[in-house]
This record gives sequence, structure tokens and C-alpha cells, in this order.
Amino acid sequence: MLVLGHRTSEWCGVAPALEEDIALANIALDLIGQAKLWLEYAGEVEDAERTANTLAFRRDFYDFRNLLMLELPNEDYARTIIRHFLFDAFQVPWLEALAASSDETISSIGQKTVKEANYHLERSQDTVVALGDGTEESNTRMQKALHDLWPYAGEMFQDDEIDRMMQGESIAPLPSSMKKAWELRVERVFNDAFLILPDSDFSHSGGRQGIRHTEHLGHMLASMQFLQRAYPGASW
Amino acid sequence: MYAQMVKSTGETVVAKEKLSPKEREFQDRIDRGEKIEPKDWMPEEYRKNLIRQIGQHAHSEIVGQLPEGNWITRAPTLERKANLLAKVQDEAGHGLYLYCAAETLGVSRDELFDMLHKGKMKYSSIFNYPTLTWADMGAIGWLVDGAAIMNQVPLQRTSYGPYARAMVRICKEESFHQRQGFQIMLTMAQGTEDQKRMAQDALNRFWYPSLMMFGPSDKDSVHSAQSMAWKIKMNSNDELRQKFVDEIAPQAAFLGLNIPDDDLVWNEKTGHHDYSEPDWDEFFQVISGNGPCNKERLDARKKAWNDGAWVRDGMLAHARKKAMRKVAE
Ligand SMILES: [Fe+2]
Ligand SMILES: [Fe+2]
Repeated sequence: MLVLGHRTSEWCGVAPALEEDIALANIALDLIGQAKLWLEYAGEVEDAERTANTLAFRRDFYDFRNLLMLELPNEDYARTIIRHFLFDAFQVPWLEALAASSDETISSIGQKTVKEANYHLERSQDTVVALGDGTEESNTRMQKALHDLWPYAGEMFQDDEIDRMMQGESIAPLPSSMKKAWELRVERVFNDAFLILPDSDFSHSGGRQGIRHTEHLGHMLASMQFLQRAYPGASW
Repeated sequence: MYAQMVKSTGETVVAKEKLSPKEREFQDRIDRGEKIEPKDWMPEEYRKNLIRQIGQHAHSEIVGQLPEGNWITRAPTLERKANLLAKVQDEAGHGLYLYCAAETLGVSRDELFDMLHKGKMKYSSIFNYPTLTWADMGAIGWLVDGAAIMNQVPLQRTSYGPYARAMVRICKEESFHQRQGFQIMLTMAQGTEDQKRMAQDALNRFWYPSLMMFGPSDKDSVHSAQSMAWKIKMNSNDELRQKFVDEIAPQAAFLGLNIPDDDLVWNEKTGHHDYSEPDWDEFFQVISGNGPCNKERLDARKKAWNDGAWVRDGMLAHARKKAMRKVAE
């Protein structure tokens, strides 16, 4: 959330049209707001007096747990939109499932944020269809973006030990259980958008466990955490 | 101000008896405080001046996104990041309202963008200064949005209906921005030595450029008379600048920051603060393209516009195809 919110906020002031600028800022705001809710709760569960801000601004890359796809640079509007769509199509059912979590806080965050995610999905899906259909150039750009991001999509559905533990306690479902429905939606939308799904099921992994990141995350953290790092102890 | 060098035609007001009956009726309506609406008859010069002024104002809003956008990715906390992002988003919204208001006068947003990109239309000089520290986010909210409010509150009563209504919406948000900026300054002025230094430095750098926002001194500003008669300009530049200084001086004292002007003192006789004029040579340089960031700002806007062309074309093409498919069904 934080990582994607940050990337999305990079569009502020330079989006393709004023309306897009405003809409992307809205999405970035939602994501940063959601990140805050999750990080606050993580701090509470950890019980080591770390606030949402400490978790966001004082951890180094190996303590960041995020999908690799979300830390990749924006590159262009095509990649931005394809990334949002691939992610939103996972987020909506995922948050719906979390809304039914046995954990009260997770359930309430899930309920609260799924509305936003629904709106994001509606928007990214429509835009994928519009730009896939649009002109030859827009189709080519969208196809390239899909090709570039596809090897990162599978990470959303990889289960690890923590996922299995959470499922055991009915806190969250297994990510892999979301895959089938996601594929169906993605196939349908890309079909409407005249985009061809890459014929590969290879997937990068390790971001959610903090085992591996791309080189881009370090640069993102360098700017994001600059003030908190350069002036420790100051309040802002 | 956001429209600080609007070249208007007619340095002096034409005497009422020399006006045509239509023009006289128009002026009478304005004098009675009536609003002019898009469908109403209006003198060509009134329309042209308004387009220049609203366009310049709109451009200022969107170019104004850039200096603050520069710090969104470096905002120090999640709350500050969200607030700043929301603020810069508001400015995009202001641009949108104003381009819509200009459209009612028969000029499209694309045409206005084109004039901006070709350097045929200006935006406020203030946005050609760089933002170097986080304290600049405080200084801009406090001083720049503060100066914008000074100018825009009276414009809520401007004679052109769509412009006046856009101003009402915008002013509400601007005063929120100013409070937010002041909050940042306050936090920093009460913070560590480093933070105080940043806050003072930001005030040092933004003080005179903020005074320039009101435009040249009245004695050098020859274009106002007709605009005032038409009520598209409500106060003189110096009047508003004085009001701004009078409001900001005590706030700076409250923050414990020094305004970089040794001659700034309260004058018992006038009931106002005396203050030093900004360097007008610098102002005219910045206005004519030689400010610290003019080229970068314009290049950033042009790049965003050019990079986004395929997106806008794609959306348009899709909308057309969709409509055709509907017809075919
Ligand atoms: Fe504004
Ligand atoms: Fe503002």
C-alpha cells in the first residue's frame, strides 16, 4: 500500500490530463490512508512502541514486505494503469475476504478499505479497456506494459508459512485461493481490451518475505525516508 | 497575484457618454452589482481581458503544483504526505474550475495550454522559485496561499458570474491551505535548531517573491483603471500588498521568525506597517522568463502534456469507437 501509494503520488502535477491528475491523487491518498491503518495495527500487534511512521520511515529495505511489482518505477502511464489493474483485481476479493476475518481489527480495516478498492478496480479496469482499444499506439504501449509486468503478477498468489498460519486461525485466506477468480477476470478484461496475455507462468518472488527486492526500492526509500533519517528525533 | 501582469487594453476608462447604448447598459449592470453570465452580451475587450486573467490564474494553479509536488515523495510523515498530496490535488481542481470558467468565454482548455506552452500566456512569478527544504511547504502555504487569498476573496464579487463562483469554491480551500502551511511553520519554528534554521531560511527566500505576487507598484501599473471599472480587478496592487504585510508581520513575530526587512516597522501615523519594496528588476526578469526555475517549470508542463498525448488520443479514440459500435448494434 505504502509503496504503491508512493509510486502513484509521483504522478502528482504531471499526469496526462487534469482529470487523471486528480483521480491518481485520490488513489494515492486512499493507498496511503490504508497503509497507515495497516501499519498502525502492525505496530500494535508487535507491541514494541513502533508507530505507523516509524514502520514507514525507519525500516531499511530488508524489513519492507511488499510485492515486487509495486516497487517498480512508474515508467509510463501504461505501466501505471496495468499495474493498478492487476493489483486491484486481486485486492478487491482479498479485502472482501479480510472483512470476514476472525480478527476484529483486520475485519474492520477490510470492510473500510474494500469500498475504495472497488472504486480503484472499476477505474483501472475501464482505463485498461479504453487504452487497449484506443489507438494503435495506446494498444502497443499497453501490451508492452502487460508484458513487462506479467512476471511479477504471480507473486500475489504465492503462499508462505505466515499465510498458512493465518489461514489456520481464520485470519486470512490463502493467497493462492484467490488465483482462479483473478485469472478469469483478468482474461476477460484483457480480451475486451484487445490485449494478449503473455504465455508464461514464471513469477518472481521474495518481496513479501523481504528476501529479495528490486534495486528500485532503495532509491524510493532514500527519498521517502530522507528527513526522518537526516534529522532523527525531530517531530514534523 | 496569480494574475499579476494582465495586459489589459484601455489604460483609462472611456467616459460613459462616449459609450454605445449597449456598452452603457453593460456598464450600468456592473455598477448595479449584477453578474454578467456567459450568454449575456459583453464588450469584446471585456471578454479578452477576462480570458487573459482567468487563463493566467488557471495556469498558475497547475504550474503551482510543481514546486510543492517536488516534496510529496519526501514528506516526513504519513500525515504530512497525505495533507500535501491533498493540497496539490486541490490546486489541480482549482485549475480545472478556472479552465471551465474560461471555456464559458469561448476558449478551450487545449487552446489555453497551447498558449502557456508557447510562452504566450504567463503564470504567477512565485512558482519560478525553487523549493529547497521541507520548510518551504510551510512557507508556501502560509505566504503564497495567504497572498492568493488576499487577492481572491474580493474576486468573489467580480462581475463575471462563472469566475466569481469559481472563486467562492477556491477561497474556501485556500484558507485551509494557509492554515496547514502555518501549522508546518509553527511545528518547525518550535522544533530543533535545524528545523528553526530551515523555517527562517524559507521565510528569507519566500518573503520578497510573495510581495511580488501582487504585481508591480501602483505607480508602474498603468493597466488597472478599465479592469477596475469592469470589476474584474477589485483592489489596487499596493492596497493588497499592504494588507498582506499587515497580516503577516504579527504572525511572523508569533512564530519567532524574522522577516528579512530591517525597515519593516509599525507606523502609528498610517496605521500600517512600513516595509521595503521587493527588487522590481528581479520581478521583471522572472516575469520575462529569467527566474530561477522558469525553464524547468515550463519544460515539466510541456513534457507532461506531450507524454500524455497518446493517453488522451487513446481515450478519445475509444470513446468514438464505442459510440460507433452502439450505432452499429
Ligand atoms: Fe489554488
Ligand atoms: Fe492553495
